[in-house]
Amino acid sequence: MAEFWSVYLLPGIIILAQILAIVVPLLVAVAMLTYAERKVMGAMHLRMGPNVVGPFGLLQPFADGAKLFFKETVFPTRANKVVFVVAPMLTFLLSLVAWAVIPFDDGMVVADINVGILYLFAISSLGVYGIVMAGWASNSKYPFLGALRSAAQMVSYEVSIGFVMITVLLCVGSLNVSDVVRAQAEGVWFFIPLFPMFIIFFVSTLAETNRHPFDLPEAEAEIVAGYQVEYSSMTFALFFLGEYANMILMSGLTTILFLGGWLPPLDIAPFNWIPGPLWFFAKMLALLFVFIWVRATLPRYRYDQLMRLGWKVFLPFSLFWVALTAGVLVAFDLVPQT
Amino acid sequence: MILQGLTFYVFAAIAVGAGVMVVSARNPVHSVLFLILAFFTSAGLFVLIGVEFLAMVLVVVYVGAVAVLFLFVVMMLDINFVELREGFLQYMPIGALLGIILLVELLLVLGTASVEPEAMPIGTEPIPALSERHNTAALGDVLYTKYIYLFQAAGMILLIAMVGAIVLTHRRRPNVRKQVIAKQLARRRDEAVELKKVQPGQGV
Repeated sequence: MAEFWSVYLLPGIIILAQILAIVVPLLVAVAMLTYAERKVMGAMHLRMGPNVVGPFGLLQPFADGAKLFFKETVFPTRANKVVFVVAPMLTFLLSLVAWAVIPFDDGMVVADINVGILYLFAISSLGVYGIVMAGWASNSKYPFLGALRSAAQMVSYEVSIGFVMITVLLCVGSLNVSDVVRAQAEGVWFFIPLFPMFIIFFVSTLAETNRHPFDLPEAEAEIVAGYQVEYSSMTFALFFLGEYANMILMSGLTTILFLGGWLPPLDIAPFNWIPGPLWFFAKMLALLFVFIWVRATLPRYRYDQLMRLGWKVFLPFSLFWVALTAGVLVAFDLVPQT
Repeated sequence: MILQGLTFYVFAAIAVGAGVMVVSARNPVHSVLFLILAFFTSAGLFVLIGVEFLAMVLVVVYVGAVAVLFLFVVMMLDINFVELREGFLQYMPIGALLGIILLVELLLVLGTASVEPEAMPIGTEPIPALSERHNTAALGDVLYTKYIYLFQAAGMILLIAMVGAIVLTHRRRPNVRKQVIAKQLARRRDEAVELKKVQPGQGV
């Protein structure tokens, strides 16, 4: 019995507590992000933004959530019910499970696995299923068109994201997420030597999360709201939560790959007094602000422009940069030893 | 150990169940979704035996890319489900034959240890312990040194297959208007917009 306690129960409880310690703040962060988005965009449009519910409108996302919770879930006629309900769940779930390998500080990570980067890549490549399943199961034309657009878009930008990750991994010599940050502690943050890849990665994450200016799967002017048309109530809310959690995840990933994760900008007195997780969150917030800024500033891309950018600009350039980085590392004998 | 055993049986049961559903589901889209589930649980089984790299590659390549294209195609097909069922008895002998061949092949692979006792150690030898060398590094050690020509050849074959598919399906259609991006980018404001002073009550 004592063995059962120490081998299974105690670690199980610890893991469960760790998961809750990530998921609950994440959901609050998602709620606050929707608020921040409306507030920042309001400021950029010279409007007030939400300001009625609670002080400064802070409780607005919770009011929205409560409203969605009490609405009726509508199933379209001849919709494929099971797939229709599973799709938003899948989207939401995938945006949560990826956080298992994100380190908030040195050693502050739920699962410190050796193939963390690949795991993140795998999970983000699964994101397309939620949307495709939603579009198909709705049995309606606009959702279907949105799903097709989304599938093509996400598969296209996955390729350049993969190459960007390979470039970073060439400089790190390990697939462990924490090792990526530790490699940046010894040298400079990777956004300096790999600046073009940083830009490509950021733009690709915009496309991967279906955000402006690449939100063609939703494009309300052309296909109403794409795959979300038939969704209401909590099924819609789960899509919404998933999308925003993905945004936060992608900013976290960009922070880890290029902006030194939990590291302070300079390892000197006033900076390293601030604990690592706070630096991590500060960098993520800066990136999230750019996400919103881009949305308020840029018009939507045309679909052929989107495909051209992915396949004819990003793909050859990132391929070239992989070869260049590998060449430089070998020529100057900088290849990290494993 | 109990936990590993339990996880194995859960994953294995889901994988087998999903595999059965792939061939027995009435709706082809459901078949593809079950296929994805089978891939995913197989990746879970891979993790369980400690081949984490292959597990992740299985998810990235098969679930993330190949199955998306499957789903893409199957979703767009206009299939009559009743018609699809009709030829079942006609094709069953061929299917059964293929199944038996695959089963025999699998048994041969599994039985190699007793048929040829030397084959087994060769198969397991080059894998270092997980504590010494990560999967990824261990794979890279042999893939890019010992098997580099085979690896390159495999890449070439895939490239040729891709080029072949494009050559076979691509046809130049005349009279199609294309977006010339360079022309669009070269447009300046003064050649596209003209400011006219409109007198009130007269129009342009």
